[in-house]
Amino acid sequence: MNKKEWPLWEVFIRSKQGLDHKHVGSIHAADAEMAILNARDVYTRRMEGVSIWVVESSHIHASNPEEAGSFFDPANDKVYRHPTFYVVPAEIKNM
Amino acid sequence: METIVEKSLEDIFEEKIASEIRIEPKDWMPEKYRKTLVRQISQHAHSEIVGMLPEGNWITRAPSLKRKAILLAKVQDEAGHGLYLYSAAETLGTSRDQMFEDLLSGKAKYSSIFNYPTLSWADVGAIGWLVDGAAIMNQVPLCRTSYGPYARAMVRVCKEESFHQRQGFEIMMTLCNGSEEQKEMAQEAFNRWWWPTLMMFGPKDEESPNTEQSMRWKIKRFTNDELRQRFVDMMVPQAEFLGLTVPDKDLKWNEAKGGYDFGAIDWNEFWNVVKGNGPCNKDRLKARNKAQEEGAWVREAAMAYAEKAATREKKSA
Ligand SMILES: [Fe+2]
Ligand SMILES: [Fe+2]
Repeated sequence: MNKKEWPLWEVFIRSKQGLDHKHVGSIHAADAEMAILNARDVYTRRMEGVSIWVVESSHIHASNPEEAGSFFDPANDKVYRHPTFYVVPAEIKNM
Repeated sequence: METIVEKSLEDIFEEKIASEIRIEPKDWMPEKYRKTLVRQISQHAHSEIVGMLPEGNWITRAPSLKRKAILLAKVQDEAGHGLYLYSAAETLGTSRDQMFEDLLSGKAKYSSIFNYPTLSWADVGAIGWLVDGAAIMNQVPLCRTSYGPYARAMVRVCKEESFHQRQGFEIMMTLCNGSEEQKEMAQEAFNRWWWPTLMMFGPKDEESPNTEQSMRWKIKRFTNDELRQRFVDMMVPQAEFLGLTVPDKDLKWNEAKGGYDFGAIDWNEFWNVVKGNGPCNKDRLKARNKAQEEGAWVREAAMAYAEKAATREKKSA
């Protein structure tokens, strides 16, 4: 068997003009061009996309899920970042 | 002062499972959970890939251009399903090559249903209607399975399956409304596929040792027998509509349970096919091995080309 496996690529698809690219899965391919072609055949057989990004999986760096608690903690106690924290008198309109 | 109770990784995992929070690739998980998933997802992927063979057998002989285009699209979908699932399994730390190797050496299993031959065009109808119907029954609950990448792959798969079942039903309906011979062809295909399809749900609950743990981990949501019963209840009226006779003399509506009682499944046949002695086990593995070997030069050439292009780019930069 071929011992050198084609690298893995993560696939991101923009489903409609004006929307973000969203992660849909991954694919093996020898290079970026082939990754885009394979991603088209595997992930957009029913017009699920108008644009495809591929990134070699080894280039993705991620936050550590085991530290998610402390890592996202700074945002946890700042209720004043949300508009509902503030009292607006009933007489005030359009705010 | 608060005493901080140190939660073990296992507790955190169990809490997530209990509160329906999906487990993601980098989360801690028990080794057994990881192993169970690798086995189940890769088997599932292999089934999609091997499943292309019995239907692929009829692509060049489909009775019309329309049927040919439809069958081709369906078989392509199955290839896609295999790829979604292989990449879900890879997030658990196994490699694509390892999974292929296990399939090609006969070490890994795939659904036994694909070890039966497709003898007539009606078999293509029966597969879509029955086999994809059973697959849907199995797969819909898997959209809520506890491992995130598997659940997401299943959502994509399920969206595509209903066309598969409908095209099969339409083939059966066309044959059933056709000549006497065509109707007979449909009945014969139905006879061939009914029992193997019921076996697709796996052994009886009391003989399925992994079910309990898989249910606890919310990998599985229903037992084999529960799904099998639902399938029978769903299919019998459809067969009646087609004017086909279910090949089971013990089939009877049971008012008390609100479902059908059905005859005994031949588990000897099931285990025999699982062990590699079905009508087509050897052919299927031979076909997969041939494809792998004959495609090797293409994979190597593509890799060599990519490497060369990358060095060229570096040099010119
Ligand atoms: Fe499928
Ligand atoms: Fe299917």
